[in-house]
This record gives sequence, structure tokens and C-alpha cells, in this order.
Amino acid sequence: MTPEIGHFALALALGMAIVQSILPLLGARQGRLLWMRSARTTSIAQLVLVAIAFSALMRSFMVSDFTVLNVAANSHSLKPMLYKIAGTWGSHEGSLLLWVLILTVFGAGVALFGSNIPEELKARTLAVQAWISTGFLSFMLLTSNPFERVFPPPPDGNDLNPLLQDVGLALHPPFLYLGYVGFSIVFSFAVAALLEGRVDTAWARWVRPWTLAAWMCLTAGIVLGSWWAYYELGWGGWWFWDPVENVSFMPWLLGTALLHSAIVTEKRDAFKSWTILLAILTFSLSLLGTFVVRSGLLTSVHAFAVDPERGLYILFLLALSIGGSLALYAWRAPEMEPGGIFKPISREAGLLVNNLILGVATGTVLFGTLYPLFVEAVAGEKISVGAPFFNATFVPLMLPLVLVMGIGPFLSWKRADLPGVWQRLKWVAALSVLLTLIMSYLRDGGPLLAHIALLLAFWLLFATVREWAMRIRLFDVPFVDSMRRARNLPRAAQGMTLAHAGLAVAMFGFIGSSAWKSEQVVFVAPGTTIEIAEFDVTFAGVDRVRGPNYVADRGRLLVARDGQKLTELFPERRYYPVAESSTTESAIRSTLAGDLYASIAAPASETAEKTGAWTLRILYEPLVNFIWLGSAFLILGGALSMSDRRLRVGAPKREAAPSAATTPAE
Amino acid sequence: MKRSLAFLPFVIAVIFGGFFLWGLNPERDPNEVPTVLISQPAPEFDLAPVPDIQTPGLSRDDLVGNPGPVVVNVFASWCVPCRAEHAVLTSLVERDRIVLFGINYKDKPEDAARWLAEMGNPYSRIGSDSSGRAGIEWGISGVPETFIVAPDGTVLFRYVGPVVGDTPVRKFRAALVEAGALPKGGA
Repeated sequence: MTPEIGHFALALALGMAIVQSILPLLGARQGRLLWMRSARTTSIAQLVLVAIAFSALMRSFMVSDFTVLNVAANSHSLKPMLYKIAGTWGSHEGSLLLWVLILTVFGAGVALFGSNIPEELKARTLAVQAWISTGFLSFMLLTSNPFERVFPPPPDGNDLNPLLQDVGLALHPPFLYLGYVGFSIVFSFAVAALLEGRVDTAWARWVRPWTLAAWMCLTAGIVLGSWWAYYELGWGGWWFWDPVENVSFMPWLLGTALLHSAIVTEKRDAFKSWTILLAILTFSLSLLGTFVVRSGLLTSVHAFAVDPERGLYILFLLALSIGGSLALYAWRAPEMEPGGIFKPISREAGLLVNNLILGVATGTVLFGTLYPLFVEAVAGEKISVGAPFFNATFVPLMLPLVLVMGIGPFLSWKRADLPGVWQRLKWVAALSVLLTLIMSYLRDGGPLLAHIALLLAFWLLFATVREWAMRIRLFDVPFVDSMRRARNLPRAAQGMTLAHAGLAVAMFGFIGSSAWKSEQVVFVAPGTTIEIAEFDVTFAGVDRVRGPNYVADRGRLLVARDGQKLTELFPERRYYPVAESSTTESAIRSTLAGDLYASIAAPASETAEKTGAWTLRILYEPLVNFIWLGSAFLILGGALSMSDRRLRVGAPKREAAPSAATTPAE
Repeated sequence: MKRSLAFLPFVIAVIFGGFFLWGLNPERDPNEVPTVLISQPAPEFDLAPVPDIQTPGLSRDDLVGNPGPVVVNVFASWCVPCRAEHAVLTSLVERDRIVLFGINYKDKPEDAARWLAEMGNPYSRIGSDSSGRAGIEWGISGVPETFIVAPDGTVLFRYVGPVVGDTPVRKFRAALVEAGALPKGGA
């Protein structure tokens, strides 16, 4: 019964979405307030209905109702409850339902909390949002119904994949989707603005909290996925330039550009058509991600089960939404009058450079990701594009951005005084060079690019701190006054400082763990000692241990430095008899200076098994934890910026009544 | 802003869309690994029989001069998908009179003998490749893999992974029909 309720709720939600696609638009055109306001009701109704469907599916998973095909294929009665619940969004159908749920959450969010947005803009935005949900709800009902029944029901479920039973996996997709799909509302705002033919500073302000919310969630989603791969999967790295990683990274890059260009639109009424284009493209790239993961277009470790019919339907949706919005853009954007004028040296110009670099970087990643497809289509050859391409193109592209990031916040709007800025930054530059030289002396070797990147990371960190110190006039006024200023700084400014510093901190992690990483894969017999970085690792042997639902070979490694015992590591190779699969549990000694990371693979060979020799993989990743620390700064910076007073207080143009609730639901 | 410039994103999106549409062709498999052996002579190898079973060994010479194309299957007792594939191969031999040769890849002879005794032996020749040397010559990426070899020793077709399930079996039978090992129109 429950699955049928869910199915029915989905169909009703589709009905609501169709009404909402049309009625508010007509209302906005004819000036009928009642029709415009209907979008509020239907948005909330859509959320409630999709939430009912989602809960119905979740309940089927929780009670292991194997008459539901999706549950039978993706769950098992012996799974722990947490992973039964997480199984709801583990399959193609379930994750699509989560996708639509988040879509409706953002729609209802604007309907509920957007009281300072003019009725017409709100009605059009929600109508556009309903177009998207109509597309995806029909996709789900026609090709990927999560509530399909199976008869006769199988005695138990199919899936117990132990690799996927992890908290990282349970949390990583929802956050990623909150980010991906969160950009839908920004897209809807942009299309609505194109329909109205008007973009102004107030529009940029209304859009900002939604962009920030989506950006934060996407950041968190990407970082969680990276963290999961690093710590749980035992991949021994945090980023692999896999196509599916890339398609999540592209909306992030472009979303970051959007955040910055929207500032110019908000403060200076400029970059208007550019901001609109970025809003459209960011969500287009999110849709592209959905398409790539579900169509089997590219080879990837992440892909869902492939079905060409589904791929065709999503491509059709993509053509409608992306093609339609870009055609509308081509038609309407040229009419938008350019706003404020600025000099080549100014805050605007700095942000323009930011946008150009981020745009080109996104293009590079897009090109590298799809290049195998292009080559196959044109030349019929099979190739793959891997990390070397991205390291050689993307990294050098991003470094000038970091240079500009240090200077940008010092520049004033319209026209900036570069010698004055240099006056403030010369000590920052000197200190960065000095520290880089010391670091390079201490840790010689490594590619030149790494040393340059290190210099820029120092530069960004100190310039950001310097800018903050300037704002609070540290050491110019008594310390107490400075602290008072620090407290009274706008949250948006503090958010920027934190996020920029966060990138610098994360950069130390990126650089350390890629340029100075050491790795050894060796056959070891008990008693062998391996030297890696400054550690001596002694392999003491392997024991057979029993877990709750697995048996494991557990290696014992004694770690010492300069003859002094530091710790013991116990990497495991687990075998799950019920699921007939094995996992690698790496062991990590984690400090701020770096991670010593060990995993055992298998007996070195069949003859070696008797002597107890194993294949051992040991990695030392210096500074890798700075990545997670810096990422946390980025997310916190976004949160701080979102809590800025000006985003909560209604925009001055419309109802001036302050409302405390412009922040979206998290 | 120039109008033509505003059209640029749309044009690029349309071009991308064209490539995606092409990429969705169901015949296309992005995971397929191209093989250099196709239309090339099969590699030189000479493998001894698996001890303690009656089936003779396999060498390059056995692939040449047969009345029709032969199927060479790379298998191992430790390979779980081979177990599933075994039934398909057996039915090809028993119902369709296919000549099936085996390369027993990186296997212990006693395990292989036990496996064949348990599952049945559809192979008319089996070469024991315990060192994996012949596997390297054939360029296999894993077990199982299945090749169709013409009577002149030319490799006609390669299938990576188990020939199990509707689509793989259909694909494989189509290749056999094309090679002339099965009559045309035979299901």
C-alpha cells in the first residue's frame, strides 16, 4: 500500500507542477495577483507531495519490502538500518527522487521566505522552477518509477555491497544534490529575469543567498566525496579527475564565478548579462552531470546502471532547458543596458579577471572530460584523458587567479590606486618570498610549479590577513578599538576573508600531498623494514581476525622515526562472505604535518602465501589535512556571508519591512 | 553587446548536444577496449595439456586448418564468472557443434582438473598456461575472454568478460554467424 501512496503522490506532484508551469506566468503577464500567488500554494504542495513519495520509498527500504523492485535490487535485510535508509538514494530511481525533492525544497523555499521579492518576479521564477520539476517528474514516472513492484517477490534483497556501507556515502550524495539542484533556483531567477527583460541590483541581492546556499552545499558535497575516497576507499588520493568528479567540479567553478560576478551586479549594476549567463550555465553544467552519470556516455567508476532510453530522455530535457534558456538569452540579453563604468584597475576589473579565469578553467575541465567522446565521434579512436592533462592545464591556469585574489579585495570600486595597494602589500610579498625560500630549502626537490604554487599560497594567506587587519585598523588604533571594529565588520566581508584564507590553507594541502608525496608498493616478508619519508615501517606479519560480518587479514606495522617507536598501524583486508566481496581498510597515522597511510593488498603470490609475504602499499602525504581544514573555512565563509544583515533585511527598493527569514532552509 | 555574441553560447550548446546524441547510440560501449589482434594472425604459443586429464594440449598449429572457425576461451578455476559462462559454452558445443579450445590461465593443474570434473569438460583441447605467458601473447586483460579464430589462424572476434546474459550471448552468436561457424538465421 505504501508504495502506491508514494506513486500516487508523485503523479499528483506532476499535476501541481504542470499547473504551476502555466498559471503564474499568465498571471504575471495579465497582472492577475491571484494567479501569480497560486505559485506559492502549488510550490508548497509539490514539496509536500514529493516528500510523501520520498518517505514512502524510505519506509519501503526501512521495512525491507522486497515486493518493491527497487528495494529488492538495492537493499538486503541484513544491512544495518542506517544503510537501509541511505539505500533510498543509492539507486538511479531513488537518487532521482531525492533530486526532485531538493528541487521542490528550493522552490518552496522561495515561495515561503521570498516575501521581499516582487510578486511578478517570484511568480515567473516559480513557474520556471516548475518547468524543471515537470520535466524530471515525468522522466521519473515514465522511465524510472521507483515504486515498481515485482512478483513473485524475492526472498531477500540483492545488494550488500560493503564498500557502499559507509557514512561518507550516506551523506555525500544529498549534499552534492543540494548543491547541484540548488543552482536550479538561481537558473529560474535568471530565466525569469530574461522573461521580464530586467536585471537590477535588487535582483542580484535576491539571488545571492540562494547562490551562496547552493555553493556551500556543493562545496561540502565535493569535499565529503573526496574525503570518503581518501579515507574509506583506500584509493590513496583525494582527487582523480574522473569524469564524474569533473562534472561535479565544473558547476562549482562556474558557481564560484557567479558568486563573484553577482557582487558586481549588486554593487555596481554592471556585468548583468554575464551574471545571467553564468547562472544559466552553472545549472546547465549540473544537468550535464546528471546526464553523464546516468547515460553511460563516458567511462567512469561512478556510473549508474546504463539505459540508453533514459539517456535519450534526459538529453531531451537538457535540450529543452539549456537550449531554450540560451536561445532566450540570445534574444533578450543584448537589450540589457550596460551598467556602471570602471577603469582597468578597479575592483570590477579584478572580479572580471576572476570570472575570466574561472570560466576558462571550467572550459578546460569540460573539454578534457568530453574530449574522449569528441575524438571517438570524429576519428573513431578510443583515448582517455587523465590527470596529466588536467595538472598541466588547470593548475597553471588557476595560479594567476590566486595572485589576483590577493590583490582584489584591496582595490576600490570604479578606479583603484595600484601604487597605494602595492604600498600595503609589499611586506606581504617579501614575507611570502622569504617563507617560500625557507620551505624550498628545507624540502628541496619537487617540481618548480609546486614552489610557485607555494609562494602564491603564502601570498594569498598573508594578503587576506593584511586586508582584514587593514579593515579593523589593527595597530593603527588601540587594540580594543580594533576588536570592536572586527566584531562590527559586515558578515559578508568576514565571510570573504575566511573563504579566501581557506583556499590558501587548502592549497598547502594540495601542494604538499601532490608534489612531496612518497609512495612505495613492495612485497614484504615479516620482519622487513621500509623507509618512507622520515619513517621506518616494519612489517610484523598478518593475523586472521573476525569481525561481526566479515573475516579479515590484519597486518601489523610498527612505525618508528629516528629509532623511536611512534605507533602501530593495522591495515586490513576484509572479506564479507554473505556479499562475497572484499574491501580494503587502510590504516592512517594522521597529523597536521601529514598522513602516513598503509594498506595491504593480497599475498605477494601463491607461493609467497606460505611464507607470509604480502603486498604492502605505504604512502606519505604531507599536509593533506590542510585540504579538509581549508575546505571547512570555505564552507564557513559561505555561511558567514549568507548571514549578512543586508540579505536578511529586505532590499530597499520594495517593501522595507525587515523579515528575518530570507535565509533558505538548509 | 553584439547580438551575434549572445548567440554563441546557444550554438556551442547545440554542437555539444549533437555529440551527446551520437554518444547515446546503444551499439556504442565506452568501456570497450579495442584489440589489436582483430584481423591479425593469432600469436605463437605452445601449451602442454593439463596433467591428469585426457584432453590434449593446445598450440598455434592446432588453430590452423580446422574445417571451420574455432572458439578459444581463456578460463580459470578461480574465476567465478567462468563458472556462469561454462553453461553457455557447453550448450554451444553440444547444441551448435562449435569447436571449443581452452587456455587454462594461471591455474593450478589439480584445481583445473577438479573444476572440469565437477562442471564437465566441453573443451576438445586445453592448454595449461600456468605462467600466464600465453595470456600475455593474446593480450588478455582478465579472465574470461573468448576469441573466434578462422581456419587460416586469423583472429576474427574477441569478447572481454563472460558471455552470459541475453545481450552478450546475442552478440557472440552474431559474431559466430558472421565467422561462418553457425548457419545464418540460426537463433
